[in-house]
Amino acid sequence: MRDREIDSAGFRSSDQTQSEIRFEGMSCPVPLQDYPHILMGHGGGGKLSAELIEHIFLPAFGCQSPESLADSTVFCIDDARRLAFSTDSYVVQPLFFPGGSIGDLAVNGTVNDLCMSGARPLHLSAAFILEEGLPITTLQQIALQMGATARRAGVSIIAGDTKVVERGRGDGCYINTAGIGVVPAGVDISPARARPGDVVILSGTIGDHGMAIMSVREGLEFEAQIQSDSAPLNSLVAQMIDAWPDIHVLRDPTRGGLAASLNEIAAASRCGIVIEDERLPVNPSVQSACEILGLDPLLVANEGKLVAIVPEAAVADLMAVMHRHPLGAQAAVIGRVVADHPGIVVAKTSIGASRVITIPIGEQLPRIC
Amino acid sequence: MKYLTEYRDGEKAKRLAEDIARRVTRPWSIMEVCGGQTHSIIRNGIDQILPKEVEMIHGPGCPVCVTPLEVIDKALEIASRPGVIFCSFGDMLRVPGSKDDLFKIKGAGGDIRVVYSPLDALNIARENPDRQVVFLAIGFETTAPANAMTIKLAKEQGVRNFSALVSHVLVPPAIEAIMNSPGNRVNAFLAAGHVCCVTGFAEYPALCSRYRVPIVVTGFEPLDLLEGIRRAVMQLERGEASVENAYARVVSQQGNVAAQAVIHEVFEVRDRGWRGIGTIPRSGWGLRPEYSDFDAELRFAVTDIHTMESPLCRAGDVLKGAIKPNQCAAFGKQCTPRTPLGATMVSSEGACSAYFNYGRFVQLSPPSQRAIAGNAR
Repeated sequence: MRDREIDSAGFRSSDQTQSEIRFEGMSCPVPLQDYPHILMGHGGGGKLSAELIEHIFLPAFGCQSPESLADSTVFCIDDARRLAFSTDSYVVQPLFFPGGSIGDLAVNGTVNDLCMSGARPLHLSAAFILEEGLPITTLQQIALQMGATARRAGVSIIAGDTKVVERGRGDGCYINTAGIGVVPAGVDISPARARPGDVVILSGTIGDHGMAIMSVREGLEFEAQIQSDSAPLNSLVAQMIDAWPDIHVLRDPTRGGLAASLNEIAAASRCGIVIEDERLPVNPSVQSACEILGLDPLLVANEGKLVAIVPEAAVADLMAVMHRHPLGAQAAVIGRVVADHPGIVVAKTSIGASRVITIPIGEQLPRIC
Repeated sequence: MKYLTEYRDGEKAKRLAEDIARRVTRPWSIMEVCGGQTHSIIRNGIDQILPKEVEMIHGPGCPVCVTPLEVIDKALEIASRPGVIFCSFGDMLRVPGSKDDLFKIKGAGGDIRVVYSPLDALNIARENPDRQVVFLAIGFETTAPANAMTIKLAKEQGVRNFSALVSHVLVPPAIEAIMNSPGNRVNAFLAAGHVCCVTGFAEYPALCSRYRVPIVVTGFEPLDLLEGIRRAVMQLERGEASVENAYARVVSQQGNVAAQAVIHEVFEVRDRGWRGIGTIPRSGWGLRPEYSDFDAELRFAVTDIHTMESPLCRAGDVLKGAIKPNQCAAFGKQCTPRTPLGATMVSSEGACSAYFNYGRFVQLSPPSQRAIAGNAR
């Protein structure tokens, strides 16, 4: 029975690993044996993923550092210089979608993970797992897009690997990229640094990437084709840091959407966050698609947006810089960090009430009716 | 967005709430029947701007929540069989059966596919003639026309490897069951706009006069809901009990006649079990004998189903409006969307899930979960 397992696992006083998973108030962790097989949700970056890390990877690797669980990890190579390091794998289907492909996603995703710690991305590796039978022209197209995207982002791909699996044992093409970048002196960007009074800025519309993928994957047709927002954010971030080096937090709201990012920031900083529904920029076609499917754009993935938590004094300068940049043209102030309700994200609704923004478990499931 | 944004206007919402407050003189309990309405009330915080005299009771109108455990267990049993492609609406995948859910069956090798329309399942059947394709045909009157049409097409086109596990439920018998239940506190109903869009509302006047209860056909946006509540309160204050249509831009009295015709061609009225509530006479639709070839229950001869509900779950009391979700001892503790004990914690229309996701905790506690959106990378 599920309830008994929860009860027995609800108290983990001797569990050394509790301090590593920094989801505040992560209640009733269910033991891994609850699921004897890997579910799709284990790859979701959510609670199931965290359970794998906690129960399998950390004990096996002998890692104890909580920093190792961030999107990118910053480490010192000597007294003065800091590097950021990150890796990510890409298994998106279909390989090509409106506004992008697995190739540009593989570059942009890792570049963006690096620059969310304030790093200037330098070099990437690229490893391919290809399925027997994949047309060479398809691979060539993917590689060309990776090259073009890397040039756009100003990074070089300097290491790589290729493996082939038998027909039927892969989805055409999987890509892993890893990247390193240099963190400029004086920059200290981390989710723990949000402070009451800080302002929450969003760089543009939310939900575009996730709905673009869903529309092609599920064969849903909307009046206007929804384009992925896949883009490298490093030039925008560099200009923001030039304008105001003391940015407190940057996150790119990918899996789990803006809701997940804001909750992570609230948890890490032990602050509350209040946003206003009516200030959230959403493309009309994305909004329509979400209405039809019963999805919340706050939970839908983005691949070229960032959320910044900044001191109030920085808002005017940063908004000016962002509005001049093509990837920040629709930047908007969406809310504020507060001392109340630490760890909790609240949205003011259009009718003047409020609701808590939590994140549902697993995938958002289209509603029945 | 046309027909949506203009029904979310904050200023107009406040004026409607003020109007309700001016009219109300004593406490009233109003039940919104439909889970979509519950979701909207909680998401927008409509209950927060109502006068304290007006209490919203959340009804049994989430199809995911009331689908009987026995049907879920049958679905799990069929989905586990080799050679079967099992198709379902997305939010059924996490509904707990007696011991598993469809996600776990999928993880263990079951071929389970999320579809947006039952016609997608029929296409899958055409594309996989050597496999048995089963569609989980559940829902209220809203999903019934498309489900009926699909089964009708399967018969007409001779798609022999397609079948449906049918468990449809109906709103009017549920209203009747609630009014007949001991301890009923409901003074007025907001009828589900989308259900009435299919069925019309000719069945309701009899219910109004038999139980002396106002029924207002209501939509789903904040202004729709507030207008429905306002009209219910006006009737209650005047001592009236009649049917009103506050969703006239969508609903007509006779409903969608073509949809009704296909429903009645394929389905017939049956007694139906409601999860958490029990059997309600003549409260559901099942396949007519002429369509029994497409009945998955018969085709797969699912027997030996022994259902077992969690003893902690009080979903039945929630569905009947006897308690609010956060008054259940397991709410937010043993029972979360990650580990649902009852179906009301699963669908976004489920009252417990709506309460949890929009933070109606017994104690305000920090969120603990993150979402995924499939492999969008």
